[in-house]
Amino acid sequence: MKVDEIAASLSDGMVVGIGGWGGRRKPMAAIRAILRSPVKDLTIVSYGGADVGMLCAAGKIKKLIFGFVSHDAIPLDGHFRAARQGGAIECVDFDEGMLQWGLRAAAMRLPFLPTRTGLASDVVAQNTNLKTVKSPYTDGEELLAMPAINLDVAILHANVSDKRGNSQIHSPDPFFDELMARAATKTYLTVERLVETEALGGREGAHTNYIERNLITGVAEVPHGAHPTSCDPQYGIDVGHLKTYMAAKGEDEWAAYCDQFVNLPDQASYVNAVGGEDHIKFLRLPGF
Amino acid sequence: MTQNYTLAELCISATAEAWRDRGEILATGIGLVPRLAASLAKMTFNPDLMMTDGEAYLVSEPVPVGPLGDYQPKIEGWMTYDKVFDNLWGGRRHAVVTPTQIDKYGQSNITFIGDRSAPKVALLGVRGYPGNSTNHANSFFVPGHNTRCFVEGEVDMVGGIGYNPSRWPGGRKPKDFEISMIVTDLAIMDFQGPDNQMRVTHLHPGIELEQVRENTSFELATASEIKQTPAPTPEQLEIVRTFLDPHDLRASVFKGNPAGDRRTEPHG
Repeated sequence: MKVDEIAASLSDGMVVGIGGWGGRRKPMAAIRAILRSPVKDLTIVSYGGADVGMLCAAGKIKKLIFGFVSHDAIPLDGHFRAARQGGAIECVDFDEGMLQWGLRAAAMRLPFLPTRTGLASDVVAQNTNLKTVKSPYTDGEELLAMPAINLDVAILHANVSDKRGNSQIHSPDPFFDELMARAATKTYLTVERLVETEALGGREGAHTNYIERNLITGVAEVPHGAHPTSCDPQYGIDVGHLKTYMAAKGEDEWAAYCDQFVNLPDQASYVNAVGGEDHIKFLRLPGF
Repeated sequence: MTQNYTLAELCISATAEAWRDRGEILATGIGLVPRLAASLAKMTFNPDLMMTDGEAYLVSEPVPVGPLGDYQPKIEGWMTYDKVFDNLWGGRRHAVVTPTQIDKYGQSNITFIGDRSAPKVALLGVRGYPGNSTNHANSFFVPGHNTRCFVEGEVDMVGGIGYNPSRWPGGRKPKDFEISMIVTDLAIMDFQGPDNQMRVTHLHPGIELEQVRENTSFELATASEIKQTPAPTPEQLEIVRTFLDPHDLRASVFKGNPAGDRRTEPHG
């Protein structure tokens, strides 16, 4: 399928989980497709980076369920900050591990999972929707009941897949993409390369297959589809492009950014607009 | 006769102490000084520490900062974020982080300044602060000791929990909660004062207690004997300068790269 078909399948107000982590392996081609589409009032669940920032800049987010928004190489995202400071989005702050716990509860089709994390902090004190439970065993400990974060749709970016959705993540960290797929009613995958099943590498390749295909609704092939975030081992974070995106602060500047990089007919035009394949290929992989 | 050293080098060796006598745990230092401090601890008094390359692998030798040239990280294991969470929820970790705000309870904030509905300044989000502070001991490094960081009342958004019984479930201190030390550009503090009051234990060379008090919005306790922060040893300086930070990224931590002993002239 095409990324614009992924965007077209979304409806206003949906809860959408986005894979990757900060500046790494974000399904950015699909995010740009959402920017081009009329969909609005989304609830976004993310270990956020440019995905959240761009959706904020485009006014697509009503509610953000998150642990952070950062590009790693650049700590803060200006578009997210402006949206939060202006009161334009409702922010539900969770500890990174609580987010994982909420997704895991949804993945296991449980209403909640207990944890100590969050108690005594404002994550709980400033969120009236969170409740505690008492351990039914002799310890009687009071624990936070982290509610399931059920997703209507998850959108993830992987290195390769076949047509049926037998996918592989070759990057060293699969992050929480698998939990997002399990927590979602539908999961769309964008991949660097669509390959024949025989080209998936047999036994060895199977170790990087984190998400079984019955969780995948559709696959779109978009080479360099994570740019400007990284897709290890193919390419690193494009810090220069992130700076260009961050500089597009005002309404006119953002419209100009969209004309140049978002409102394009296809991924090939995007790759050309950001400097071509050779530019992306030589972006340094992240290392801190 | 001690060698000359910068304030950044003093803070690195002081912060490394957070990992002394902690055994075989995961050492996480967020930011340049904490990371160099963890690396220094691993290369000197606690070789059992586990550290990552900042990406997804455990390394047997800390990875230097800055351009690596031909250096290849010495990978000994796999440490994805999923495994980091599992490890820290199990308590076998000590992290040194740099909060934007800290209050008298040691509660910490990196989420926003101001009011939740429309904050004056939006920052990162709570990241791992609630889970870290609940599940294992943590320490802080504060490059700018001032009243904007050490705030009156409570921080604007409590991410990392503190010594504040009114917030603890059932009024009982969470089992694994501890803030071990705070290293700032002026002093070293802990929470060993009466009723876990923040307490000054060391002053950096050339710093007076009054300066620390003036730059803190709440009352500080003092150790019975306030010591001078020990200078980095020649061995520590050698490791930091030649191996861990050969490009001197640490020179940019403090404006003007001041000397560690503020009674002497700035470093050239």
